[in-house]
Amino acid sequence: MIPPLIELNRVYRTFEKDGEVLPVLQDINLQVHPAEILCLVGESGCGKTTTGKIIAGFLDPSQGQVLISGKPQSAYRRSERSKLRRSMQIVHQDPFASLNPAHTIEQILSFPLRRHHMVNGRNELRRKIWELLTLVDLTPPGDIVNKYPHQLSGGQRQRVSIARALTVNPQLIIADEAVSMVDVSIRIGILKMLHRLREEFNLAIVFITHDLALAKYFAWEGRLAVMYLGRIVEIGRTQDIIQNPAHPYTRALLSAVPEADPYVTKKKEPMKLRSDNIPSLNNIPSGCAFNPRCPFYMPGTCDTVVPALSNVSQFGQKVACEPLRLRGELRLYET
Amino acid sequence: MKPNKVVFSVRDLSISYSAERGRVKAVTNVSFDLHEGETLAFIGESGCGKSTLNLGLLRLLPRAGQIDKGSITYTYRNGRQVDIRALTDRQLKRFLWAECSMVFQGALNSLNPVLRVSDMVYDTARAHNLDRSEAKKRALELFEKVRLEGKRVFTAYPHELSGGMRQRVLLALSLLLKPQVIIMDEPTTAVDILTQRSILEVLKELRRELDFSVIFVSHDLAVAAEIADIVATMYAGEIVEMGPVADVFYRSRHAYTFSLLDAAPRLSAGDQELHSIPGSPPDLIEPPSGCKFHERCRFATDICVSTQPELIAETGRHFAACHHSDRVLATRKEVVQV
Repeated sequence: MIPPLIELNRVYRTFEKDGEVLPVLQDINLQVHPAEILCLVGESGCGKTTTGKIIAGFLDPSQGQVLISGKPQSAYRRSERSKLRRSMQIVHQDPFASLNPAHTIEQILSFPLRRHHMVNGRNELRRKIWELLTLVDLTPPGDIVNKYPHQLSGGQRQRVSIARALTVNPQLIIADEAVSMVDVSIRIGILKMLHRLREEFNLAIVFITHDLALAKYFAWEGRLAVMYLGRIVEIGRTQDIIQNPAHPYTRALLSAVPEADPYVTKKKEPMKLRSDNIPSLNNIPSGCAFNPRCPFYMPGTCDTVVPALSNVSQFGQKVACEPLRLRGELRLYET
Repeated sequence: MKPNKVVFSVRDLSISYSAERGRVKAVTNVSFDLHEGETLAFIGESGCGKSTLNLGLLRLLPRAGQIDKGSITYTYRNGRQVDIRALTDRQLKRFLWAECSMVFQGALNSLNPVLRVSDMVYDTARAHNLDRSEAKKRALELFEKVRLEGKRVFTAYPHELSGGMRQRVLLALSLLLKPQVIIMDEPTTAVDILTQRSILEVLKELRRELDFSVIFVSHDLAVAAEIADIVATMYAGEIVEMGPVADVFYRSRHAYTFSLLDAAPRLSAGDQELHSIPGSPPDLIEPPSGCKFHERCRFATDICVSTQPELIAETGRHFAACHHSDRVLATRKEVVQV
């Protein structure tokens, strides 16, 4: 069996802020397999970006292990390690911030190509740049190479970011809210392109987003992990989770999202939470972090036991919810 | 649709910005009516002119912007009418908040960080000759209505409140002087899903309990689908389609509305075949000939290049400016099964 590209084992990550230690990630167990689409969803502060950075090797875990192709980093030699790092690339949310405004597109793409000796000589460099721009549908490349980022539209800039990620032949691309700043009308084009690149190069894609409808569309054939306050609360096939959500938090999210269909969206019944307040990271509730807001709260259980991701009958996905694990169903909490 | 009184009546409004290369025609010949009690949503991509239009309605344009022509007629509760363009600065100051208020995107920018919420309430009260205690009483009532702890929020500084709370504070403050109209520019864009939900629910409750109309600007079709009575699609500074929300969504008559909906993922729709709109919005200094959307339009033919389509009534209050509105409608009906 091919080992996962990346495996996070009991990963914790803390950050220090104003002398306080914030547990940004707790007990994250996650595998990214070759050529798969894995989508991390959750609201701001849930740890999805930090998880992406740990997957990419930009951040080390405070505790726990990251395995690359089945082996810990320390098992690789130095030269191998930088090669492994290179095989994982991040595409950030804001292409204005991630592309140097003083460099032309040609310069932006040639830097990593030369730095990592991906090409020999000027002709090959030029050919490679044209090939990359064609891959991301920036055609004809001759119109693009001499432009600066500000001369391109938001969608075009994001395509340049993706072309840059492709310069080093990665196996995994982490797209962190990569189309959130792009206009609705052109998002789909970029997502379709990512799908195509994935098939063409056997790329795995970790897609990080707060937009559930977008996650559903992009990762329909892949997997979804829902995060809340630093933990994964539900993980499985996207179709299973979207069609039959298990965790109360996932149910709340899905029921809260308005839809671009007047009848459907007006008929939706948003789940009523017990509280609108999102606990802060320096004061995460004990037990299940969602318990103070959860309408299915089970006193004595949810506030004491930290639920582990487990299989529950009638659900294809794994879910971290004690009432579900114990009873197989959710009952409303009545005061 | 109930034939309510028209609160805002806009005719042939054009707004432009001065730029180095020439004038950017941000809004061109826009006409619409906002009826009492209705929510009118402007949808469209960034740069389509929807925010400019709404700033223009209240003469809040930045320095480089100017209203070139058109009229903005406002009808007071007592039936008296006024052209907003003819108001003096002093009259305008009194008009804002009391008759028409605005809620912008990014609540932190709209709340003064060094003032307590109470100071902002008192400032507004003073500017409009409202008694302090009366203002406080009303603010506390409104805070409760938007599901905030009134007393706590009243004395808080903006940084002590979460993003969702700030947005609800703004919503409450905008209602302080019982305006007839609230203009909201992307009020739920920068917030999380559950926060957005609570803002939408609060807004719907307020609409049921208090008497005001809403002009809503959003690039989010889903939010428009949920709260709007009337939807206006804008493209390149023009209203290209306008009508009751169900007409615009299910019986789209303009190719651009059609294409926007064809690019919008829906959570409950299963595996979807979606399509992007090719290209990007046009240059508004030298806009394209004919229909401004023709370069990106899958329905376009020669006439779209040569002749600008007029906004014509399809049925009742449903208007569209598209040479191929019948083809668009037929194609949309194939996609939508209602």
